[in-house]
Amino acid sequence: MKRIILEHQQVDLILTRICHQLVEDHGDFKHTAILALQPKGILLGKAIVQKLEKLFEIHATYGELDTTFHRDDFRRSDKLLIPNEVNIDFEIENKRIILVDDVLYTGRSIRAALDAVNDYGRPASIELVTLINRKYKREVPIQPDYIGENIDSRTDDYVKVEWDDTKCKVWIITDNTK
Amino acid sequence: MSQLSSKHLLGICDITEDDINLIFKTAENFKQVINRPIKKVPSLRDITIANVFFENSTRTKISFELAEKRLSADVVNFSSSNSSVKKGETLIDTVNNILAMKVDMVVMRHPAPGAHQFLSRHIDANIINAGDGTHEHPTQALLDAFSIRESLGDLKDKKIAIIGDILHSRVALSNIYCLQKLGAKVTVCGPPTLLPRHIRSLGVEVSHNLQETLEWCDCANMLRIQLERQEDKYFPSLREYSLQYGVTMPMLQNLKKEIILMHPGPINRGVEITSEVADSEQSIILNQVENGVAIRMAILYLLAGKQNS
Repeated sequence: MKRIILEHQQVDLILTRICHQLVEDHGDFKHTAILALQPKGILLGKAIVQKLEKLFEIHATYGELDTTFHRDDFRRSDKLLIPNEVNIDFEIENKRIILVDDVLYTGRSIRAALDAVNDYGRPASIELVTLINRKYKREVPIQPDYIGENIDSRTDDYVKVEWDDTKCKVWIITDNTK
Repeated sequence: MSQLSSKHLLGICDITEDDINLIFKTAENFKQVINRPIKKVPSLRDITIANVFFENSTRTKISFELAEKRLSADVVNFSSSNSSVKKGETLIDTVNNILAMKVDMVVMRHPAPGAHQFLSRHIDANIINAGDGTHEHPTQALLDAFSIRESLGDLKDKKIAIIGDILHSRVALSNIYCLQKLGAKVTVCGPPTLLPRHIRSLGVEVSHNLQETLEWCDCANMLRIQLERQEDKYFPSLREYSLQYGVTMPMLQNLKKEIILMHPGPINRGVEITSEVADSEQSIILNQVENGVAIRMAILYLLAGKQNS
């Protein structure tokens, strides 16, 4: 079974709210940088940057981080982990970093991201934005600072964030055979 | 394409164009890694790699060791000069003894062509060929092609000349296979005595005229005269060789287009190329060395991932 849990108007409202929360905490973003996680956090990261610009005329420093080499499932999964591009053309040292990813589930990708960020320097702080926070099956003690939507889904459900240009929909796919 | 087609890297002959492109794509990521403040990633932290060198090596051995350490692998080094090989131990016994110590991958250089193929039939670990006699040197060919691609873009229809001692060169053979798989056109150039008799059967052009070859090519890969492998005299003197086949700065300046120059090292300065050429802006010799680490990291990473999948 496949059903939509967030239509794009709802996602748009959520992003507007998250941007307000970010500005409340980070002001003019002078010492803050947004780091979107490859591959699925990129479109969300770009959407947040665009919204900050549109709503507040803030030009946030933006980069893209790949965590492949820090993942803990290398040689443990069936598929070989192929890395993605890293785009960070600014100093991480002493910056307030906001990590952006679409879905937070086990928390292992974010654990890898925390290690990966430190390879570029020592940030002043690291926070996490996630569009969907799946509340069950967290495997490491990691929690988001800015949440789009909390979802209580079964562990065998699949949450899909689908982007069409800048519009985003969120689906939940349930395997009824189980 | 998200997997290598082979468990080992025995030679370029055995891998596909897709494999080469996957290695290049991964190497680009590792090039980013080795250019950032912390040059190390934890991917291979549960892997032990043995570098088994039955022949001398400086840059290949250092490059592999650096690549392994930057991937956080545990590394053991072995060289035949101070080992039980001197006491008459066979290749398979030596390697099996190393593997009994729970080694996952073997990087090997051996003077006998085909030593790696032989070993791959008898042991379970991933094997990477770091040079087998006059046969293949796949990692050198991959880093050469990667460096050319970085300077000239896609290799399709690019004209590459391999100049010098082709007869004794494993770099030449691996380069020919690799460049042809990527769609480049290859000419080999050197004195008739240093070109293998049936080299044309590989689909390359043959020339004995350096000036013509330089005018034809986009990139010239200058090979070292391997005096240590030459039991007979292949040319009258080094001086005569350098006059006929050595590249000088005036030669480059008189060409109609700017070409790039490569050398797998170690350079005999003043023989294959003059010092001025080696240090010129057209030379990408040091890029080759930097890319060597990234390419070897990519190969180790992809083969280690293949091990469990």
